[in-house]
Amino acid sequence: MARAKSLRARNLSCRRGGRLIFEKLSFALKSGEALLLTGPNGVGKTTLLRGLAGLLPLEHGEIALSPATDQPLYEQLHYVGHLNGIKTSLSVAENLQFWCEYYGGPPLNEERLETVLARFGLDPIAQLPGALLSAGQKRKLALLRLAVAPRPLWLLDEPSVSLDRASTRHLRDMIAEHLEEGGMAVVTSHIPMSLAFAHRLDLGKRRAS
Amino acid sequence: MISLANPTRFLELVRIVLPWLTGLTVILFAVGLYLSFFVAPPDYQQGETVKIMFIHVPSAWLAMMAYTVIAIAALGSLIWRHPLADVAGKTAAPIGATFTFLALITGSLWGKPMWGTYWVWDARLTSMLVLFLLYLGLIALWEAIDEPSRAGKAAAILALVGFVNVPIIKFSVDWWNTLHQPASVFRMGGSTIDPSLLAPLFVMAGAFTCLFLLLHFLAMRAEILRRRVGALQQIEAQRAAA
Amino acid sequence: MIRAALALLGRDLRLAWREGGAIGTALGFYFAVIVLTPLGLGPDLNLLSRIAPGILWVALLLAGLLSADRIFHNDYEDGSLDLLTLGPLPLELVAGIKSLAHWITTGIPLTLLAPVLGLLLNLPIESSGFLVLSLLAGTPAVSFVAAIGAGLTLGLRRSGVLMALMILPLYVPALIFGVATVSASITGPASPWAPLMILCGISLASLVLSPIAAAAALRAALR
Repeated sequence: MARAKSLRARNLSCRRGGRLIFEKLSFALKSGEALLLTGPNGVGKTTLLRGLAGLLPLEHGEIALSPATDQPLYEQLHYVGHLNGIKTSLSVAENLQFWCEYYGGPPLNEERLETVLARFGLDPIAQLPGALLSAGQKRKLALLRLAVAPRPLWLLDEPSVSLDRASTRHLRDMIAEHLEEGGMAVVTSHIPMSLAFAHRLDLGKRRAS
Repeated sequence: MISLANPTRFLELVRIVLPWLTGLTVILFAVGLYLSFFVAPPDYQQGETVKIMFIHVPSAWLAMMAYTVIAIAALGSLIWRHPLADVAGKTAAPIGATFTFLALITGSLWGKPMWGTYWVWDARLTSMLVLFLLYLGLIALWEAIDEPSRAGKAAAILALVGFVNVPIIKFSVDWWNTLHQPASVFRMGGSTIDPSLLAPLFVMAGAFTCLFLLLHFLAMRAEILRRRVGALQQIEAQRAAA
Repeated sequence: MIRAALALLGRDLRLAWREGGAIGTALGFYFAVIVLTPLGLGPDLNLLSRIAPGILWVALLLAGLLSADRIFHNDYEDGSLDLLTLGPLPLELVAGIKSLAHWITTGIPLTLLAPVLGLLLNLPIESSGFLVLSLLAGTPAVSFVAAIGAGLTLGLRRSGVLMALMILPLYVPALIFGVATVSASITGPASPWAPLMILCGISLASLVLSPIAAAAALRAALR
């Protein structure tokens, strides 16, 4: 995980339904750095994140992690979108267990599960079914996916949605820790997070100019 | 702006070809209908009803050809992402469905004097009926998806899946038919058709093919123009918003 | 990769088991259709036993389709499908595993219910074996082909009806050879093994080809 890597995105452009969302967008991130995406609604922040994650096709441009590995890019990143991807009939622990297995994280034994859940104070409700969680708890569970299977690049779309102030701080600590370990993150957020972002990209200003 | 290069060239082509194609279609139909009605002799067994064949066989042939056109267009839109391929596939479906329907109706009208009933589960008619259902599914899918690029891809996938299945369906229906109706059914095979009926049949097949091309070109032109109007409206809306 | 595949299959089976509704609805629907048929045709046992293979097969296709538009829908709606594409499995394999889960949770229970319903239709008890065999051979095709429809109609309104219209014609071969297997075992004289083998062939082909088409459909739908 701590391998030094860098992310380079060059000349990205995206068009949806004939409408140009953004074009000729480039940025680079080094290991341990984070990028904050800002701009008003509808400016293409989510589109950019989904494009980076390979969830929607970019018209052109290239995205590469270096040093190059034989793993495809989408297997080296985590994506947290508007939807939490939580199964309501599985318990909190089962939800996490599945993503750990699926993403090939280290085995999630009792002890490790507890530590991970404790990050957001979810350990008392480990056995509760997802259906009973509040919006904030669901969001926390979705974010814990990042902790069970380490991947170098985090793409976070409004990660602090429905989190209270204390949990937002926990989130910030989590991202900061990820960066310290040599990870990278691209984040969109409306709420100012007191995180040292190495780079900022204002999609709204870009379009105006 | 949506890249209009290819569709523009296509519209130009349509503009040049259209009068010729229209003329050819009219002439072929005139000759074909004259031959069918006044020259071709009535069948010694079936009488004048045999002339339904001159509509029925070309319709059935086009029903299959249109599906082939759709499948080729599907390859075009999935592999080469050709903007025209989506349009070709979308517009061929209702035309193909219409010819399939025509083949079914004429087959059923032909069946009445032949079999004494309007519908017989004959292998050919049954395969045609399944083909009609495939067309309906394809049209319904086009109707159900609003976003044209997704609709194009989805319809292309369905068309290819259907195309792979058509021979299997044909084989199983034939097999099923021999299982239930041992060889007593009237067969319209090549060798049983009298040569004097063959000439009008070929002319009519040519006329129908031209008619298909004509209708397809017209429908494609209409669809391209419809998409342009849509694109212009979207640009207008964006300008108003900004 | 195998670990991820097993995790996904296990999760889907567990979800189907916990949420039970889909399996129960399919079984109940199958039961209801079979009960209604004699009420429509009259209680002539000879007639019923003659048409039993066909009715049992057609109703099963409908019951199988009923729950099939859920194959990808729930994962699409809660965002899991996006996350599944970021895993080690190619989308084709994800589609295949989810079709397999649908077969295990729908195809097999329906197959097990069929001989019981066959009793209601006076299906000769000796041909129950071939009924079950034909369904075991044919239901994988039902689930896997349905997955194509589920992918194509992902997130659309009226997806269930649309799916039935698109997919039912594709079931014609499986239906013909499935019914022929059971019929031949009742009336002879042809061997039921020949159509059964063809049915197996159809199923195997759909096992291989459908996930490819379903994955392509998912790619078109995920935006």
